Amino acid sequence: MDRPTWAPVEVDVERPSAARVYDYWLGGSHNFAVDRALAEQALRIVPELPEITRANRAFLRRAVRYCLDDGIRQFLDLGSGIPTVGNVHEVAQAVDPAARVVYVDNDPVAVAHSRAILAGNEHAAVVQADACDPDAVLAAPETRRLIDPDQPVAVLMMALLHFVPDSGDPAGIIARYRNAGPSGSYLLLSHGTDAADERRASMKQLYARSATPLALRSPAAVAALLAGYELVPPGVVYLPEWRPEPADAPDPDPSRFGVLAGVGRTP
Amino acid sequence: MSRPAEGIPEPRHRLGLAALAGRGAVGGGAADDDVTGHADVVLGFALAWAEAVAGTSYVSMSRSEVEQHLAGLTRQLVTALLAEPFDPAPAREVGAAMVAAHFTGTETLTRTVALLATDLPARLGLTGDACPGRERAVERVAAVQGALAGGYAEALRQRTLDEQEAISQAVFVARDQTEQALRASEARFRAVFAEAATGIGVGDVAGRILDANASLLDMMGYSLEELRQRNVRDFMHPEDAASVWRLYDELVQGQRDHFRVEKRFFRSDGEVIWTHLTTSLIRDDRGNPTYQVAMIEDVTDRHLLQERLRYQALHDPLTGLPNRALFLDRLSRAFETGGRDGRVGLCYLDLDGFKVINDSLGHDVGDQLLVAVGQRLDACVSAPGRLVARIGGDEFIILVERSGSTQDVVTIADHVLAALEAPIRVGEHELAVSASIGLVERPVQGTTPADVMRDADITLYWAKSDGKAKWALFDPERNAREVARFTLSATMPAAIERGEFYLDYQPLVRLSDGQLVGAEALVRWRHPEFGLLAPDRFIGLAEETGQIVPLGRWVLREACRQARLWQDRFGSRAPFISVNLAVRQSRDPGLVADVAKVLADTGVEATRLQLELTESAVMGTADEPLDALRALSAMGVRIAIDDFGTGYSNLAYLRHLPVHELKIAGSFVEGLRASAADGSHVVDARIVGTLVSLAHALGLGVTAEGVETEAQARRLDDIGCDSGQGWYFARPGPPDQINRLLS
Repeated sequence: MDRPTWAPVEVDVERPSAARVYDYWLGGSHNFAVDRALAEQALRIVPELPEITRANRAFLRRAVRYCLDDGIRQFLDLGSGIPTVGNVHEVAQAVDPAARVVYVDNDPVAVAHSRAILAGNEHAAVVQADACDPDAVLAAPETRRLIDPDQPVAVLMMALLHFVPDSGDPAGIIARYRNAGPSGSYLLLSHGTDAADERRASMKQLYARSATPLALRSPAAVAALLAGYELVPPGVVYLPEWRPEPADAPDPDPSRFGVLAGVGRTP
Repeated sequence: MSRPAEGIPEPRHRLGLAALAGRGAVGGGAADDDVTGHADVVLGFALAWAEAVAGTSYVSMSRSEVEQHLAGLTRQLVTALLAEPFDPAPAREVGAAMVAAHFTGTETLTRTVALLATDLPARLGLTGDACPGRERAVERVAAVQGALAGGYAEALRQRTLDEQEAISQAVFVARDQTEQALRASEARFRAVFAEAATGIGVGDVAGRILDANASLLDMMGYSLEELRQRNVRDFMHPEDAASVWRLYDELVQGQRDHFRVEKRFFRSDGEVIWTHLTTSLIRDDRGNPTYQVAMIEDVTDRHLLQERLRYQALHDPLTGLPNRALFLDRLSRAFETGGRDGRVGLCYLDLDGFKVINDSLGHDVGDQLLVAVGQRLDACVSAPGRLVARIGGDEFIILVERSGSTQDVVTIADHVLAALEAPIRVGEHELAVSASIGLVERPVQGTTPADVMRDADITLYWAKSDGKAKWALFDPERNAREVARFTLSATMPAAIERGEFYLDYQPLVRLSDGQLVGAEALVRWRHPEFGLLAPDRFIGLAEETGQIVPLGRWVLREACRQARLWQDRFGSRAPFISVNLAVRQSRDPGLVADVAKVLADTGVEATRLQLELTESAVMGTADEPLDALRALSAMGVRIAIDDFGTGYSNLAYLRHLPVHELKIAGSFVEGLRASAADGSHVVDARIVGTLVSLAHALGLGVTAEGVETEAQARRLDDIGCDSGQGWYFARPGPPDQINRLLS
């Protein structure tokens, strides 16, 4: 977009928002008819979508806890969307009330909502910015206030980069965030894959109508995005396969989720 | 969710089974005793419950956390089921608690209610009439189910309303912020537009002006209302470059997105302003041209300054006349626009004796004189197509563009000379001035400004050397001659070094027996550019420049070198060598030493060297050359007088001179050709006879030049002439010719 950075983003609730559609699939009501219409349309193509979003959310929780266990106390959640149940600051601050979380989204409604939820929470804030503009994100006053660049930080890119086409240089965006943190920082990534499923093509067409078109990638391409990190075992796998809870029943067909997950640690 | 103990009515009866239930973690102290002893039931049911609802809602908990959470809720349910008196209210709270933990999927509720109907009562042994209370077990279970569903529905409704409220609120806030930002951004733009020092105007693609900022209104001198009634095309200026409006048309038709030009505008008061204009096209969402935005910067002051600097750069500060740069510019333009038939004329003018005035009366007077001359020239010459320029010092030049004929520049030159006749008054001085003028007038085709300038310069020089107050017209032949002469004299020293000169030899033959006795060395120049040059082309020039001395020295040495070869080869039969000596050489103080050195170096006997001098070189000169000739003669060198009879010889003086030979000019010999019908040959024969008698009387030998026929040779022999030279015997040629003749 060649809109100058100081020009405001329009609020257009006539167009569905990825953040609100996601919320709907998670069972939330932070959405409008236009969002639900798209969500239902998508469900007709991929009925597992609510399951996938739940699995994605569960991966987020497991990965954040993993980072907490490793001593991480700073989180930068890119493309955070509507902060529904089980958001990062809830998970992190349940372990350590002083854990610091910065949410980033460019949807002004999601940001306004996040701001309302985070009111009074000194250790969490939201930045309205394009997550794909690392300089803008890192230079935002909230980021500078809450994230200490000398301490390891976990950067979350949950279901984000499959909205960034190759022309948007996703690897370059990752590299910029990676270089902003010290050794021992983390990248938490989940990413839709187009592995031989024609339903994904229909999804792409559907999303082309929303404010956020879809750019699914092959497993190899997703793994390549984590180059430059040490992969936390088991590496890049389907969502439920990433370090499941001991009590979780093994999923008979994790590939049906069509979303890959991986956590990398900067050496 | 926990309810304070005081909020629950004190139970009046306790079931026996209640004592078995475990301690409730969530339900509060009041239920503690009821569930004690039911720990297994609670745990078992919680596990079954967790299994039943797995995957039906998203809750931010691991499976074991879910089980733990549901165990707490199970205790509350057990408490409610077993409480005496019966009160299903805690089940309402369980429903609400489920929603709070985000067990919001409808399937979650469905399975929970089903499980509650069958599994939990069975685990508690509540079947049929087993319940000891007033209500039957099935009624209790139904009531608990209802309460849970009601609590769940109410909490979910509240949650949904809250979330809808929250998201709407978020939209409202976001919109508000966006609108604020838009207003701020618009205000920023408005400020940029309004406050910009650059003039900004907005128009539609039809050229109607829609808006303009204060700077533009100020610049153009119109009010916004006045400007809005105009079209962009109304601001066409007659001197706009054609490209300006072509670019404009391309822009409004959408073929280009912007253009930048320098352009003049008329202000409302008619004054002209100079601007830098940048016009940009604004398109709508579909890419159609919609508006044009013009940014106009007033650069009039800068332009005027540039004009002034330009004027200063092109005019002479003293006289105010155009300077050399402007003149050259106009001259070039005259060539560019002259076409095929155009002619151009130059009058290059230089004041006579200006330096004297400057030196004697001072530069101030000199300068004022130049100013006055400039004014007179300007007055009598300047007209369209004519330019008077001062191009330096006291030099002026008149350019006649589109000259009709040479007469035009001649007429101008006459006018100028006449205009300068009247004395010029400078202070108390009445100064008479005159000028010399070089004129060039020609078609522009086939020549260049530089050619014309150079020729005018040369012609001015001719006019100067012809005398003062005159004009001279360029003469291409004269110029060519001078150029060639100049070229020759300039290249002669190097030509000697490069060996471009060589000698031909012409036999001198004894008439009595036809024996070859001598050879005259004749210098030639094989010029790389002009070809083979005879001596008459360069000897005179060499005398003028003094090059004759080194050239003559080279000729003498070369001739003697050749003479030595003959001397070695033919011994006593070897010919003497005859070398011409120019006047200037004969006066060269080093002559005697040069000759002696050459003779010594080459080993040629002095008696085998003859030097030919013209009459004027020998006679009527000062004593020094004669001394030199006497010295040479004393060395044994023969002295010959060349072309005898063509000068004014003092015959009486001849006897005192160190001369051995007279060479009679060819013009006399020409008359001795047999068939001359007019009898002139008789006269010539007598003259030649007299000359021979005279020479012999003085003890001198006689050589006749220009002998072309056998008859001439015979007559000369009859007359008693000693030797002959000419084409009859041999033309000048290479040394081999002599060798052949002697062999």
